[in-house]
Amino acid sequence: MNNRVPNKKPKLATAALCGCFGCHMSLLDIDERIFNLVELVEFDRTPFTDIKSVGYCDIGLIEGGVANTENVEVLRDFRKHCKILVAVGACAVNGGIPAMRNQFDLQDCLDEVYIDGIGVANPLIPNDPEIPLLLDKVHPIHEVVKVDYSLPGCPPSADTLWTFLNELISGQQISFPYSLIHYD
Amino acid sequence: MKNLERFITQRLADTGNSPDQLLQHLCAIQNFASHLPQTAVQQLAGQLHIPASQIFSVIDFYTFLHRQPRGDFNIVFSDNITDRMLGSQALLHSLCERLRVRPGEPRADGRVTLDLTSCTGLCDQGPALLVNGIAVSRLDEKRITQIARLVEDATPLPDWPAEFFSIDDNIQRYDMLLGDEIINGSAIETLQAKGADALLDTLEQSALRGRGGAGFSTAKKWRWCRDTVADTHYVVCNADEGEPGTFKDRVLLNSYADNLFEGMTLCAGIIGAGKGYLYLRGEYLYLRDALEKTLQQRRQNGLLGKNILGDRDFSFDIEIHIGAGAYICGEESALLESLQGKRGIPRIRPPFPVNKGFRGQPTVVNNVETFVNAAKIAVFGADWLRSAGSKESTGTKLLSISGDCSRPGIYEYPFGVTISQLLEDCGAKDVQAVQVAGAAGSTIPPREFERRIAYEDISTGGSFMIFNRQRDLLHMVQNFSHFFCHESCGFCTPCRVGSALMKDLVDKVIVGHATRYDLTEMQNIGRVMQQASHCGLGVTAAKPVLETLNKFPDIYTKHLANRSYEPAFDLDAALEVSRQLTGRDDAGAHISYEPETQQQEKP
Repeated sequence: MNNRVPNKKPKLATAALCGCFGCHMSLLDIDERIFNLVELVEFDRTPFTDIKSVGYCDIGLIEGGVANTENVEVLRDFRKHCKILVAVGACAVNGGIPAMRNQFDLQDCLDEVYIDGIGVANPLIPNDPEIPLLLDKVHPIHEVVKVDYSLPGCPPSADTLWTFLNELISGQQISFPYSLIHYD
Repeated sequence: MKNLERFITQRLADTGNSPDQLLQHLCAIQNFASHLPQTAVQQLAGQLHIPASQIFSVIDFYTFLHRQPRGDFNIVFSDNITDRMLGSQALLHSLCERLRVRPGEPRADGRVTLDLTSCTGLCDQGPALLVNGIAVSRLDEKRITQIARLVEDATPLPDWPAEFFSIDDNIQRYDMLLGDEIINGSAIETLQAKGADALLDTLEQSALRGRGGAGFSTAKKWRWCRDTVADTHYVVCNADEGEPGTFKDRVLLNSYADNLFEGMTLCAGIIGAGKGYLYLRGEYLYLRDALEKTLQQRRQNGLLGKNILGDRDFSFDIEIHIGAGAYICGEESALLESLQGKRGIPRIRPPFPVNKGFRGQPTVVNNVETFVNAAKIAVFGADWLRSAGSKESTGTKLLSISGDCSRPGIYEYPFGVTISQLLEDCGAKDVQAVQVAGAAGSTIPPREFERRIAYEDISTGGSFMIFNRQRDLLHMVQNFSHFFCHESCGFCTPCRVGSALMKDLVDKVIVGHATRYDLTEMQNIGRVMQQASHCGLGVTAAKPVLETLNKFPDIYTKHLANRSYEPAFDLDAALEVSRQLTGRDDAGAHISYEPETQQQEKP
């Protein structure tokens, strides 16, 4: 059986900011290797554990870009608690699909959805303090906090994520076979 | 609109339906209608048999072409660092206030648009601007006041004071190229007397190398082109002098045009070309009429056209094509694309233009100064050129000197002249750095002032900008990084994205938000741009940053925030629009400033 002391296992946390959760789904695509992953790491805050706030961790994986105040808060919280912070996927690395709104004025976007959209009743831009405010542009996460690694891909494949985590945890240099970083 | 339709129909009737002429049509229509309306594009598309989308893509590529109306007076200020050093930004601001207009937006009454453009080649007599494509030099507050009044009064350009448009050659030092005159036609006569082989040998012995900066052997280029079997051959002169701080071709085109055309005709005779093109940068539109007149004169004198100087086997003519504000078109393969009426995207080489150039035919593309040299070598012989310069760099070089010195202008020197000699002769004092060969060139610190202008040491197309110790050199870096970001053709990612990232990072340094981390990032991005870009623009676009990071680290470090990380933008300010739209101002509607959000130790 495993002789390792449980609390020596590195802690891993993940979060999705402004993204589609596709990178998390891709992580699940490692299939039965999830059992090996559980052996390798202890999960902290992730959508898998449903822990709501992040504790001190060794690795933080961030999916999605920064689009609103809540994203900023979560991201900063991760940076404060994680030794190594990783931008996972196109949105975290570059802003991705959500950043396509950057070429429009924010007001035009909100007007289109809440004021001028077809079938809108009671046109009003939501202003409840519970709702996070939108930044005028969507930003990659490295523009808000220091990022240690970037894993490109939309999403990075399960094999990419698996290879990365294994190499990182075992202290090897991060390197991928060509097939994992070849996108077209 | 009916007028415009007639204008286009007439133009096409005069010039034919070749798609090669597309860019020339667009420039003419832009000039006629102050923009390129949808109807004009549809008409062109129909008559030239090319898709409208292709025409729009060409319009969007070139800075001087616009889909939206510009003002009746379309004024663009030259935005090179040398213009800024002469106060161009304050003058632009002043003119904006006087005319009550914002940069880039036409005034509501359609009278005027004010905007910026890359270096217009008047660095020795700046600050400069172009009004409806025509250059105005030596701007000052008085001239700006006058311009504001002329615009408000809707005075037509021909009635503006003539001195506004007078551009001086400003030659400060003559040597053999500018000094030793030849009689028109004498180079062609030599060719007829001695034959092409002998003249190629002469050219080879002279060891003439391309004056655009790359320094390729002219004889070799001409020989290779000549030896390529094809239906037809072309001669192209690259007069797209876009490298910031370069203006020597302006002077050659203005006062030595006959020598240039003589050189092109000589080349045509040697390689067997029937047609030549002068690709004139859009900024030099004001030179066009005089150049056309010179061409006409040469035709009348039998130096161009059918049966040149009575030789039944030698017919050659030159056509002027105008550019539309794209730095990348100075790259020879992009220039050829542009000459064929397309977007100026560099081609993959090989094949080189000498094998497959204009319209896929073997083509010699040379710099203006190279052709002028070739014409004189044909008359004076190889030893004439070899009498000056060094073994690897024979002859002289025209240098365009601008910036902090008392006598800016054109200086012709034998190759091998030292930087310190140049600085002394042009009256430069207390020099912090010299930028040689333009934005894509090298930043030379005082400890290297004994280096020489020559292909074997510092190679240059002619740009030489001087910065004294009162200047913040980072403003130069910022100017150049904005320049490259604007001028990147957008074809390849390393250059398109890299130049934008580089621009943002330099801006971040200037406003005092950058950290050491950002400097490392600049080096990393620069390396990728150098290794992975498609053409020379991308390869050199990071050079101003990399050179100064290496040689002048202090100009960066003094601006650095004393932290390991800083956000790239002001997060709280990024919420301002949302706050206004929702009317919120609660705590949750703000983001505190936390520059160094770092991992904290476990308590």
